[in-house]
Amino acid sequence: MNHRAIRAIYLFEMARTWRTLLQSIVSPVVSTSLYFVVFGAAIGSRISQVEGVSYGTFIVPGLIMLSVLTQSIANASFGIYFPKFTGTIYEILSAPISYFEIVLGYVGAAATKSIILGLIILATAGLFVPLHIHHPIWMLAFLVLTAVTFSLFGFIIGIWADGFEKLQMIPMLVVTPLTFLGGSFYSIDMLPPTWRTVALLNPVVYLISGFRWSFYEIVDVSVAVSIGMTIAFLVICLVVIWWIFRTGYRLKN
Amino acid sequence: MRSYFRAPLTSLSGPVQPPPPGVCPLSLAAIMSSIISVANLSKTYGSGFKALKNVNLDIKRGEIFALLGPNGAGKTTLISIICGIANPSEGRVLVGGEDIQTSYRKARSLIGLVPQELHTDAFESVWATVSFSRGLFGKPKNPAHIEKVLKDLSLWDKKDNKIITLSGGMKRRVMIAKALSHEPQILFLDEPTAGVDVELRKGMWEVVRTLQQSGVTIILTTHYIEEAEEMADRIGVINKGEIVLVEDKTTLMHKLGKKRLTLHLQGKIAALPENLHHYELELCDNGATLVYDYDTKGERTGITSLLGDLRTAGIRFNDLDTTQSSLEDIFVDLVRTS
Ligand SMILES: Nc1ncnc2c1ncn2[C@@H]1O[C@H](COP(=O)(O)OP(=O)(O)OP(=O)(O)O)[C@@H](O)[C@H]1O
Ligand SMILES: [Mg+2]
Repeated sequence: MNHRAIRAIYLFEMARTWRTLLQSIVSPVVSTSLYFVVFGAAIGSRISQVEGVSYGTFIVPGLIMLSVLTQSIANASFGIYFPKFTGTIYEILSAPISYFEIVLGYVGAAATKSIILGLIILATAGLFVPLHIHHPIWMLAFLVLTAVTFSLFGFIIGIWADGFEKLQMIPMLVVTPLTFLGGSFYSIDMLPPTWRTVALLNPVVYLISGFRWSFYEIVDVSVAVSIGMTIAFLVICLVVIWWIFRTGYRLKN
Repeated sequence: MRSYFRAPLTSLSGPVQPPPPGVCPLSLAAIMSSIISVANLSKTYGSGFKALKNVNLDIKRGEIFALLGPNGAGKTTLISIICGIANPSEGRVLVGGEDIQTSYRKARSLIGLVPQELHTDAFESVWATVSFSRGLFGKPKNPAHIEKVLKDLSLWDKKDNKIITLSGGMKRRVMIAKALSHEPQILFLDEPTAGVDVELRKGMWEVVRTLQQSGVTIILTTHYIEEAEEMADRIGVINKGEIVLVEDKTTLMHKLGKKRLTLHLQGKIAALPENLHHYELELCDNGATLVYDYDTKGERTGITSLLGDLRTAGIRFNDLDTTQSSLEDIFVDLVRTS
């Protein structure tokens, strides 16, 4: 194991985060605060309670997931896309380092960043609404699992993308809609039965449901199913990455 | 360029130099053994283009090897495969006895690569990017070594500058520093002096020579033939994906010792007279010129007796000139005929 190489990539990526601190941390915090103002205060005041918690409190796990998902994808995809774009990837490819180690460095850094971000948003939310977390360990476990899984997913997008549009396309066209429709702002029990069935095809529903359970013990689907689905997605990402490196897809001629 | 690399030829074509002091006293066998061994290597790109055709090449430990070839010959492709950036289609490459595919960690940790294109980070400092390379190759931190590398490459005063603020030539030196940061045994320089001014180029040659003296094997590609003449121990020429020549520079230079005497005759002659048959003479331009090739390094050139015999045969000439073939002539010839 070339642990120095993993460390070098990890620290390099983290340094990029600190350099772009404003964009990395401040902007998601600002936008989350805006969600609270709009959904929590303005609209939420007209919705009574959802399954026993106030609307403002109810949307906190969904909001965190929204940011963690999008930021994991953005960080990891950009992290590997940029060296491809500038050509500095030559150095990674010529280094005595295994694919697993490369992934560990890039995905580790991207996941770290979005976990920190998730916790910052959680703290921000605490300023707006009363919060209590029933299962803090599970909460962290879901947070880490989601951050890692979607950083892997982002890594795949970053390798696949051969232009900046493609880099933006999947997050914009797929992930954001799925997250909004995934029960960030409502319980899917509120949907009519047909739409409820459709919603269950959305993987994000499972993430948010499990994460919300760790806060309030209210669920859309059972916790075991949530964990199972997340891990299944993680495994799919790992298999795709294994295939990418085995074939050199979009990395090597 | 042209006039420059014709001038110093004779001074370079002396006997093989003894190894400079400081070269580690390995056994002759070890010195001669190859550190890179390329066997039957072919590369077909996804587009179907065949960039390398059954390349066989051995690089000796400790030598400076210059790879010459026109644009698109396959130089970068060959280097990319050895360094792990491109996959070979067929064939095998050993680096330090390790297979580049099955034993890539050991093979790659021996190699420092300076690619042809300027691929650098933008916002990192020179120090950070060079230290990053060292870590990437699994070496423990060693600020003293990084300092030495930066000083050798005249980059020390730029160490805290962001790379984006450097000039092109400085960026190229940063890439060399990155390659040297992890103390490689083999250094690939893919057109290291493209875009580097004359003075710095000389400085770089100096760095390369010092590296060689410390035991590093160097493979460089270049379009400047003077650079190959100046630096290399051996020269390889590649064209259209095939190695067309690999030779010791001194041997090549010996060939360069050949000169050609051209005699412009007063009148045309139909055939060579009997008494000139034993000379390496050629009758050209329908009998208007006589061409004589001779070796300036030979015991005797034969010119005096030739001229005597010409007079005996009654052949007169208006003018004569001599030309010397250069490495470039050989190169151009090879590339044209292959
Ligand atoms: N990724 C690629 N896909 C398809 N063909 C390629 C690719 N890279 C290089 N080639 C082709 O392979 C051939 C050899 O290219 P290469 O870069 O190895 O040449 P070179 O000898 O380094 O040339 P130069 O002196 O211009 O640097 C060229 O014809 C080039 O067009
Ligand atoms: Mg090239």
